[in-house]
Amino acid sequence: MGKRVGIEVSIAIADAVKLARADVIAAYPITPQTHIVEHLSEIVANGELDAEFITVESEHAAMSCCCGSSAAGARTYTATSSQGLALMSEILYHPGPMRLPIVMTVANRALAAPISIWNDHQDIMAQRDIGWIQTFAENGQEAVDLTLHAFRVAEDRKVSLPMIVNIDGFTLSHVIEPIVIPDQEEVDAYLPAFKPRVRLDVKKPVTMGPVGIPEVYTEAKMAHNEAIKASKRVILQGWKEFAEIFGREYNPVETYRSEDAEVLLVTMGSISETAMSAVDAMRDKGASVGLVRIRLWRPFPGPEFRKAAGKASVLAVIDRCLPPGAVCGPVGAELRSLFYKMPGAPKIFSFVAGLGGRDVTVERFEEIVDKARAYAKKRPTELYEVIGVREI
Amino acid sequence: MKECRLHGRGGQGGVTSAELVATAAIAEGKYAQAFPSFGPERRGAPVAAFIRVSDRPIRTREKVYQPDIVVVLDASLPKLVKVSDGLHEDGIVILNTALDEKSVREVFGIRSRFARVDANTIAREVLGLPITNTTMLGALLKATGIVGLDAIDDALDKRFGRLAEKNKAAMRRAYEETVISG
Repeated sequence: MGKRVGIEVSIAIADAVKLARADVIAAYPITPQTHIVEHLSEIVANGELDAEFITVESEHAAMSCCCGSSAAGARTYTATSSQGLALMSEILYHPGPMRLPIVMTVANRALAAPISIWNDHQDIMAQRDIGWIQTFAENGQEAVDLTLHAFRVAEDRKVSLPMIVNIDGFTLSHVIEPIVIPDQEEVDAYLPAFKPRVRLDVKKPVTMGPVGIPEVYTEAKMAHNEAIKASKRVILQGWKEFAEIFGREYNPVETYRSEDAEVLLVTMGSISETAMSAVDAMRDKGASVGLVRIRLWRPFPGPEFRKAAGKASVLAVIDRCLPPGAVCGPVGAELRSLFYKMPGAPKIFSFVAGLGGRDVTVERFEEIVDKARAYAKKRPTELYEVIGVREI
Repeated sequence: MKECRLHGRGGQGGVTSAELVATAAIAEGKYAQAFPSFGPERRGAPVAAFIRVSDRPIRTREKVYQPDIVVVLDASLPKLVKVSDGLHEDGIVILNTALDEKSVREVFGIRSRFARVDANTIAREVLGLPITNTTMLGALLKATGIVGLDAIDDALDKRFGRLAEKNKAAMRRAYEETVISG
């Protein structure tokens, strides 16, 4: 049944990786790193987990190391954040098409300049198209549960793709809160041993990651794209079996008081919890407001999102990322594409909030809903708006 | 839900205090959050940590803006930091100070309810160190009952192992000596 404890979310994630019996952890141990790999290094040093913990000289090396160990058939894990993820970037594009099921936690934080260590989603949105399956956690329990789910899905032979669990830096990574840490027996029942279809083996040589000449490159990219699209079935199955064993249910998209709501807030990550409180406050005042939370970001769950949005006439989409010069933020753009020219499509307004640790409060959500309602009557000149900018 | 802000100096264990209260509350079956003021903290500089405790699941990731409780670990801080900032109108400030009631009002300009204990003296006598983070937990528990003494004892045992006894003794002495005013 697991044990409910008060624990820092990063430490709990490390415990989840231990319960998942990872074989290899390769990580750069210095800032921007979290307690996740610090605690994992203790777990391995104490002999609590029979794994290789490889401290490398950079995140670029960490991901290179992970590719090698995963190709050799080892259950492989790493974690990073912000500039560390950026430094990994070149290697991040390899494990997808090479079908290497590495699992990584990204503690989402801002990118420099200006130098920032605080939470937003700019680090991961800069790596949006690396071809990994990606989920976003709302709280510590979900961070633990999605970590176990990630190993289960990534290593499934029908999937065989790398997977990122995004957790908000600081607002989740450094918070102590109640989390049920599952029992080893439960995790063992959920997570079978990693048995890759092919692996690096001197007795049975294979080539991985060769040159893709123009005659095959397109087909290779197509194959990768088809694989990530097809992974959704296994992702859903992984959550179904998770609920059967652990009793906690997860879906690609979740709703909160969205029935008959005229305006829907759309969020990803830990601000969803504050958004729920904001919806409660606005509903108490009689406003017709609900919430849709996106848990599965890649592959994007289009049909599930459309169903969740229901008959709402306005979507107020919140992006934690400001792509300079773009039409709007990445989540806003995704949803505009999803609904483009669909009959009965809602009006979609994009708001950028919570950059570099700027708090997104209940009042901010109320402001966003008010603005979205006003824009539904009189279309704004810009396709997005940055919320909470201080007047100087 | 009760919201609490702890003021200390980097290295004085304010984050540990917050962690101890949250884990104790969770062990009692309640819901809680503890978190530091996120940033590049430096030893000796004024820092803050935050706690939320509730009987129901806590659905917010906002910072704490209007605390019900403020705990000040360091006796020199109330002169430097506006420790009462945002304090709920019926909130309480819990001070580590050797000053009497009248002097606290005059010197620190505290207008709200407050509790005081000379944690420096207790920590020096019981722990042999002027580190007040666990001692001040006694004052916090006496003034607010935010968690039970037994739950904090267990949290101290888990966190400090063989060093827990002294910390428990300092915490309990502070509990006895804390005076509540206003």
